[in-house]
Amino acid sequence: MKQFWRRGEPFIWATGLSLSAIICMTVILIAVVVINGMTVFWPYKLVEFTLSGGEKYLGEISRSEKEDGILTKIQLKIGNRDLYSLDFKWFDQGEINSQKYPVKAIALERMEYGNFYGYLQSIKIPGQLSSASSSNYANITSLKKALESLEPLQHKKEALEEDITDINFEVERLHHKLAGLRYKKIPEHDRRIQALLLEEASLQTQFNKIVSKNQAIENQLHQYTAIFRSADNREITIKLHEIVRAYEPNAMSLLEKTGHYFSKIVELFLDDPRESNTEGGLFPAIFGTISLVFLMSLLSFPLGVIAGIYLREYAKEGLLVQTVRIAVNNLAGIPSIVYGIFGLGFFVYGIGGNLDQLFFPERLPTPTFGTGGILWASLTLGLLTVPVVIVATEEALGAITPGIREGSLALGSTKFQTLLRLLLPMASPGILTGFILAMARAAGEVAPLMITGVVKLAPSLPLDGQFPFVHFDRKFMHLGFHIYDIGFQSPNVEAAKPMVYVTTLLLILIVLSMCSVAIHLRNKMRTRYAISDV
Amino acid sequence: MPQTNPAIRQISDAIVEVNNLNLFYGDKQALSNISMSFPRNKVTALIGPSGCGKSTLIRCFNRMNDLIETISIKGEIIIDGQNIYDTKMDAIELRRRVGMVFQKWNPFPKSIYENVIYGLRIAGVNNKKILDETVEKSLKRAAIWDEVKDRLHDSAMGLSGGQMQRLCIARAIAVEPEVILMDEPCSALDPRSTAKIEELIRELQGDYTIIIVTHNMQQAARVSDFTAYLYLGELIEYDLTKKVFTTPTQKETEDYITGRFG
Repeated sequence: MKQFWRRGEPFIWATGLSLSAIICMTVILIAVVVINGMTVFWPYKLVEFTLSGGEKYLGEISRSEKEDGILTKIQLKIGNRDLYSLDFKWFDQGEINSQKYPVKAIALERMEYGNFYGYLQSIKIPGQLSSASSSNYANITSLKKALESLEPLQHKKEALEEDITDINFEVERLHHKLAGLRYKKIPEHDRRIQALLLEEASLQTQFNKIVSKNQAIENQLHQYTAIFRSADNREITIKLHEIVRAYEPNAMSLLEKTGHYFSKIVELFLDDPRESNTEGGLFPAIFGTISLVFLMSLLSFPLGVIAGIYLREYAKEGLLVQTVRIAVNNLAGIPSIVYGIFGLGFFVYGIGGNLDQLFFPERLPTPTFGTGGILWASLTLGLLTVPVVIVATEEALGAITPGIREGSLALGSTKFQTLLRLLLPMASPGILTGFILAMARAAGEVAPLMITGVVKLAPSLPLDGQFPFVHFDRKFMHLGFHIYDIGFQSPNVEAAKPMVYVTTLLLILIVLSMCSVAIHLRNKMRTRYAISDV
Repeated sequence: MPQTNPAIRQISDAIVEVNNLNLFYGDKQALSNISMSFPRNKVTALIGPSGCGKSTLIRCFNRMNDLIETISIKGEIIIDGQNIYDTKMDAIELRRRVGMVFQKWNPFPKSIYENVIYGLRIAGVNNKKILDETVEKSLKRAAIWDEVKDRLHDSAMGLSGGQMQRLCIARAIAVEPEVILMDEPCSALDPRSTAKIEELIRELQGDYTIIIVTHNMQQAARVSDFTAYLYLGELIEYDLTKKVFTTPTQKETEDYITGRFG
């Protein structure tokens, strides 16, 4: 027994136990996110319940409750928000008379009101009246064909809308120029002002033309409709251009389901969100997150490394350096919201406000830089992550054996040459480790962003085709904020839940992929500058 | 009472001259009143028990001690007629003329080739022909060429301890110094590698002035022309190696070399 204690067996067990507890929790967390996130896009079967009262409901089974192993309650996603006003409904197992999986049941993804579950009745296409009247028997193939035939029109509409945005942007630029001239007290009849006004008028007529063209297309689109019947036999007319996707999950083969799944994933990566972010893609949020982290790195990496070098290599050890070191370490412990508030006060109102006063006084009180934007948010995050980089740099430089420094100096190199040729390359794996930690932290941080420029829905990306192409002043979307927003701020939290999982999974994947690039680089450096201890 | 052979004190062809050197770590005196001359192109060994100041002394010759902030130095060290502690003296320039090999080999985590030419690179030499020639010459001089000539561009980290130390010597030779300081270069090596390095030192003698610190008295006897015995920061005896080991004039020296002390 004494042996047992002396060998420290309980301690060894405790070490193993704590490690396995940590691994367990991490694995569970990741598993929950992955399982829920991966299955969101799978087209599940539609079930039709007939209740004892005779009512019928059609939908996807979303949850069920068991008591003593017996199914007691089932939750259906019944969709049809425009008819039922609720997306989900609970059923007691007892009140369900029968259930079946109708082959003809159709699921529609719509631009508005969420999914529709029901049956196709007829399709109305202008000039093709026959197909609607001839029979009630329209099928999914003809619906899909009709949807396809709409595509050219819709592309036209999209192109026109893009033109409208461009013109709006131009008009805004003109307005800024005008305001600038007027601010300088240049009289109205001045040639420059007149020229601008003329240009504006021409843009306006162009604008009107495009809008009316757009209106015409829209009217045309409105004529394409289809009539559907819900499970409780209500008829509803849906405009075809509002249908994003139509499918019959009960009739789909595994291959078709897989195709559906991947088309949804492509949509997730490339499209804009719909329906207050609970549907559609996440492209702007992905783009916002990556550009935010990228901008943040541009600031925090060089700043942190240089500060770390100074602290370790050049600063004279003393009370001051000790204090600075303690302060840097403590910076890492400040709640991130405090950084956010500092960012708002210092960057947004302080620097941004002054920039506005100096360079854009004519636009005031409308702020240009004096409001949250991606630049200020990334500067704030840079500030938040810089201590990690400083500490990592210092540690990495400190871990290099003094022999290397002495060897280099003894050959007549200066301190700077030693640093550049030997110490920095040798410290690079350690510095990169700090950088990885900083990046992971920055990508997951939400609180400081909420007050420095993140928004629920950004109309345009911080990088686009409009001059000057990079817009540091723009607001942006972010996956972390997206999770918070749709998970807790959405009017329909239950319907948004799948998207929360998807967004979380995506955020984890993005952090993982960004980090693995850095880790790969670090491992390369490590093998290259490894010191062997023969 | 440093009892030194007057003949040695006034070596005609001295390259390094130390005059009344006193060195303090803070308040603690580590070297007191050292005065001695080192003959050109000979091997001089510094021996003495641990903490006697041998390493401190050797590190004065290339101003490696500058890195330690608490150190203060009085007196002068003249190398080639120039006081190296003169304010006009550039330590970087000095270290190109006075090379050093350390107790623990310290090759850089670069290729063997890059290690050898490191001193040239930082001096701004980029001519490929010169670099290639220097690598071959230095590695041959350091008696390691045959072992590494086929893998010049492999990492130096793949070499054995003895090879690494010889590479460090090659690296020091590559910048053509006048003096090479060796701070216990063999203390971490096995006997076979030690023998190789000793042989190398004997070969370099005649072309370079070598000042070697060693704990190993047999080694000092084998490789050096002159030997100085230091004790508690003072120079006790300094003479031809043969004399020091056969007929030491001082009691302390005799005690130390006969193993009664130290």
